[in-house]
Amino acid sequence: MTEAVPSYLSPTGQEVVFLLLGAVAVGSALLVVTTRQLVHAALWLVVCFGALAGCYLVLTAEFVAWVQVLIYVGAIVVLLLFGIMLTRAPIGRSADLDSGNRVVSAVVALATAAILVTVVIDGFRTAYTPLDPGAGAAKELGASIFATWVLPFEALSVLLLAALIGAIVLSRTDIPGGSPPMGPAPPTGPAPPTGPATGRADPPARGDPAPPDRPSDQTSGGH
Amino acid sequence: MTTFPLMAVLLPFVAAFAGLLLSRRPHRPPPASSGARAADRQAGTRAAWIAIIPTAVSAALAAWLAWDRGFAFLNNTGSGAPTGHTYGTIITGGIPISLTLQADNLSALLGVLVTLVALAVQVYSVGYLADDPRYPSYSAFISLFTSAMLLVVYAGDLLVLYVGWEIMGLCSYLLIGHWWEDRGNSRAAVKAFLVTRLGDVGFLFGIFVLGSAAGSFRVADVLAKVPEMSQATLVTATLLLLAGVAGKSAQVPLHTWLPDAMAGPTPISALIHAATMVAAGIFIVARLFPAFLAAPPTMDVLAVLAAVGMLGAALAALAQDDLKRVLAYSTVSQLAYMAGGLAAGSDTAAIFHLVTHGAFKALLFLCAGVVIHHVGSNLMTRMGGLRRELPITFTTMTIGLAALMGIPPASGFFSKDAVIAAMDDAVTAGTLTDAAALLLYGCALATVAVTGAYATRAWLRTFFGRARAVPVPLPEPPPGTAHVVDVTEAPRTMLVPVVLLAVPALLLGLAGGLHMEVGVAAVGVVLALLGAGAVYAFWRMDPLADPARLLGPLRAPCEQAFYVDRGYAALFVRPVLALARLVVRTDDTVVDGAVRGSGRTVRGLAGVLRLAQNGNVQLYVSGLLAGVLLIAVGAVVFT
Amino acid sequence: MHIVYPAVVSALLFSIGVYGVLARRNTILVLMSVELMLNAVSLNLVAFDVWLADRLHSGQVLTLFVIVIAAAEVGLGLAIVLALYRNRRTVDLDHLRALAEPATATGPEQEDLGAGGLTGTARESPQPVNVAVPQGAAEERRTAGGGEAQAEGGGGGGQAVRRERGTP
Repeated sequence: MTEAVPSYLSPTGQEVVFLLLGAVAVGSALLVVTTRQLVHAALWLVVCFGALAGCYLVLTAEFVAWVQVLIYVGAIVVLLLFGIMLTRAPIGRSADLDSGNRVVSAVVALATAAILVTVVIDGFRTAYTPLDPGAGAAKELGASIFATWVLPFEALSVLLLAALIGAIVLSRTDIPGGSPPMGPAPPTGPAPPTGPATGRADPPARGDPAPPDRPSDQTSGGH
Repeated sequence: MTTFPLMAVLLPFVAAFAGLLLSRRPHRPPPASSGARAADRQAGTRAAWIAIIPTAVSAALAAWLAWDRGFAFLNNTGSGAPTGHTYGTIITGGIPISLTLQADNLSALLGVLVTLVALAVQVYSVGYLADDPRYPSYSAFISLFTSAMLLVVYAGDLLVLYVGWEIMGLCSYLLIGHWWEDRGNSRAAVKAFLVTRLGDVGFLFGIFVLGSAAGSFRVADVLAKVPEMSQATLVTATLLLLAGVAGKSAQVPLHTWLPDAMAGPTPISALIHAATMVAAGIFIVARLFPAFLAAPPTMDVLAVLAAVGMLGAALAALAQDDLKRVLAYSTVSQLAYMAGGLAAGSDTAAIFHLVTHGAFKALLFLCAGVVIHHVGSNLMTRMGGLRRELPITFTTMTIGLAALMGIPPASGFFSKDAVIAAMDDAVTAGTLTDAAALLLYGCALATVAVTGAYATRAWLRTFFGRARAVPVPLPEPPPGTAHVVDVTEAPRTMLVPVVLLAVPALLLGLAGGLHMEVGVAAVGVVLALLGAGAVYAFWRMDPLADPARLLGPLRAPCEQAFYVDRGYAALFVRPVLALARLVVRTDDTVVDGAVRGSGRTVRGLAGVLRLAQNGNVQLYVSGLLAGVLLIAVGAVVFT
Repeated sequence: MHIVYPAVVSALLFSIGVYGVLARRNTILVLMSVELMLNAVSLNLVAFDVWLADRLHSGQVLTLFVIVIAAAEVGLGLAIVLALYRNRRTVDLDHLRALAEPATATGPEQEDLGAGGLTGTARESPQPVNVAVPQGAAEERRTAGGGEAQAEGGGGGGQAVRRERGTP
C-alpha cells in the first residue's frame, strides 16, 4: 500500500475535502479552548465534532461518522450544556476562563504538537492508501462487531451500566454514603436579593439547600 | 589429689555466688526498721558461714597440696612434677588454650599463703563489719577474690591465669568501693581499676607475644621454648608483662592507686592490697622467671623501677599521718624489694620475701584495723599510748613491725636478708648492668634504714606517748564505717586471726632454711636500728611532735609522695579532660552542627519544593506532561 | 489519501486538547478538552484502520467503543462536577486545592482556604473536612454583603464575586 506514493503537490479531491474539514475541526477546537464564553465553547465543540464526522466520512467510515454525530453532537454536547447550566456558570463573556498557568500550558501544548507532528510526518511520510468506499458501512461493521468483537461489546454494555449507576449515585444527595448534602443554610438566613453588581435574580435561591430548584433559576438568568 | 587445685578454686567461687544469692533467702519484704536490722544480722551470719567454710576447706586442700613439697621452692630442692590435671582444651582460631590447673612447688606455697590469709581475713571481717548491711556481698566478693587468686596461682596456662588476674582486678575495684556512699572511696576504686587496667593491657599483649612465639600458652611449653626465642621477642614480651606487673604490684610508674586503695575496709587492705593480689605481679615474674632472665634489658628496667620505688615509697611512708597509708607505702616499698630480688636474679629470695611479707603485712593491716576500730580514726595524730588499752594488738603489731624492719628473730629478717644478699651477689655477678645493680643495692640498703625509721615512727606514735585519742565528741561515724568505740579490745573474731597470723610472721623465716650471710645480715640490722634510733631520738626530744620532722625540707614532698599524683594529673588527667571537653565541643558544634545544618538545608529546600505543591492539579499535569515530553524527545533523539 | 493528513490533524487536535486541559479553569471546559483529545485518538484509529485495510475493522470498532466510553466518561464526569459544585460552590479547578499541603502558621499558600481565612474559623477548625461548610456559608455572606466583604476577602472568593459582578 505504500508503493508509488503520489505527490503531495497534486492532491486529490478527497484530500482537499479532508484538509478543509480538518482545518475546520482544528480551528473550531482552537476556539473551544480559547473562547471567553462558556456556551460558545460548547457550540464550537459541536462544529468541531461535526467536522470530524465529515472527516470520517471522507475516510469511508460512514457508520462511525453517523455514530459520532449521534452521540457526540447529539448527546455529549447536550450533556455538557446541561452541566454548564447546572453549575450556574456565567453565561456570556467572562474574562477568567483561563487559569493562571496559561503560558506554561501553551508551551507544553506547543511542544506536544511539535513533537507529535514531527514524529508523525517523519514516520508516515510515505504512507498512502486509496480510499475504497463501502469498507466502513454499517453492514460490514455490524458483522464485525457481532462476530468478532461481541465479547468486548457486551463488556462495554456492563461498563455503561456501571457508569450509569455511578452517575446516579454521585448525583443524588439522599443516599447515605453518597455525596453529602449541601451545607446548612447560612446562619444569617437567606441573604437579601440586593446587590447592584449581580445582575441575576437568583441570590436567594443559592442558599436554598434543595438542588432541583436551581436549573429553573438558571434558565431565567440574565442571558 | 590431682583434682585438689580445681576444687580449691571452685569452692570459693561457688561460695561467692551462694553468698550473693542465698544470704537473704527467703527474701522477706523489709518491714519496720528493727525487723530490717534483724534480717540484716541474720543474713550476715549466714553469709559469714557461707564464706568461711569453703575458704577453710580450700585452705585445707592447699595445705594438703603443699604438704609434700613444703618449702621446696625456697630451698631449690627437688623439682617434683606438678600435681594437677588438664581439663580439656579450648580450640581457638590460633593457639589453643588448655584448661590446666596444677600445683608445682611455687604454686603450692603461694596457694597456702593465699588461702590462709583469706581465711584469716574472712574470720576477721565477721567482727570488723558486724553491723554493715552489705556484709553478704562483701564476703562474697572476698570469696570470689580468693577463687581468682587461686586460679592465678594454680593456672597452668597463661590465658587461664589472665582470667583470674582480671577477676582479681574486678574484686579489688568492688571491695575498695565497698563504702561507695563516700565519693572519695568510689573515686579511689575507679582509680585503682583504671591504673591496673592500664598495666593489664601490656600484660595481655605480653602474653600474646610469648604465646605466639612459643606456639602455646601453657606455662611449661613457654618456658621450654624460651631458649629458642629471639632476644627482641623476649625483651618485648617481658617489658609488656612488666607493665602488668607494675600495675598489679604497684610498682613505680603505676603505684599511685595503692595508697588510695586504702579507702576500702581494712581487711581488704590486708588481703588484697598487702598480702595477695599485689603479690601476683611478683608471682608472675617468678613464674616466667627463665624468660625474664633471658632478657637482661628488662631486668635492668625492673631493677631501676624497684630501686626508685622502694626508696621513694619508704620515704613517703615516713611522712604519712594516716596509719593505713603508712602501711600502703610500706607495701609498695616491700614489693619493690621483691622486684629488686627478682631483678637481682634470685626468684627464691623474692618469693621467700613475698611469703613472709604476706604474713607480716596481713598481720600489720589487721592490727591496724583493730587500732582504727578502737580509735575511730585512721590518723596517727589521734592515736598514742594505746599499748595499755590494746595489749594483744600491741604485741602482735610489734612482731609485725619487727618483721617489717628485719629484726632478727622475725620472719622479715631472713627474707630481707636473702634479698639483700642476692642484690649483693648481683653487683659482682649476674645479668644486671653494673650501674643498675649498684643503684639497686644502694637503694636497698638505704631503704632498710628508712624502713626502720618509719616502722619505729608508726610504732611509737601509735602505742606510746600520751593518749591523744580524745574519747570526746567523735563525730558520728558515717553509715557503714564500723567505728564503734568499744570497752573491750576487739571482738574475738578479730583477735583470733591476728594472733594466729602473728605466729607465721614471727617464725616463718626459720622455715626457709637458715642459709644467711652474716655480713649482709649484720649490715641490714645495723642500718635498720640506725633508722629506728634516729626516729627514737627525735621522738624522745618531743614525744608529742611527729618524728617525721627529721626529714626536714623533704617532708612535704614525701608526704605528697613526691607529687607523682599531681604530676600525673598535670600530664595525663588534665590533657585528657581538656581533650574530652574539646571532643564534646566539637561534637556539639561540628557534628551536631552538620546534622542540624543539613536538617535546616533540607527544610529550606523543601520549602522551595513546597511552592510547587500548591494543590493546583493543572500545574501537576503540566509538569507531568512536560516530563513525558522530555522523555519522548530523549527517546526520539537518542535512539 | 495520504495518511499524514489525518495523522497531523489528529496530532493538532490532541495538542489543542492538552492546552485546554492545562489552561482552562472551568471544569466543564476541561471535560470538553478531554473530549477533543479522545476525538483525536478516534481520528487516528479510523485513519489507520483504513490504511491497514483491516478485515476485522478493529480500528473502527474501537472507535465506536471509544465513543461509548467517552459518553460514559462525560456522564460520570458531569456527575462529579455537580457533586463538587454542590459541596464547594465552585467548579474552578484552581480553587480546588485541597491537595495542597495544609497551610502552616506562616503558610502563604492557603489561598484556597480564602473563605476560611476570611472568617477566621476554618483555620482553627479541628476537622478540615468541615471546611467546606463554613466556606459555602462564607461565600453566601460575601455575595450578599457586597462591597466590604469583597474588600475583606482576598484570594479565590473575591475573584468569584468579581466574576459574578462582571456578568451583564
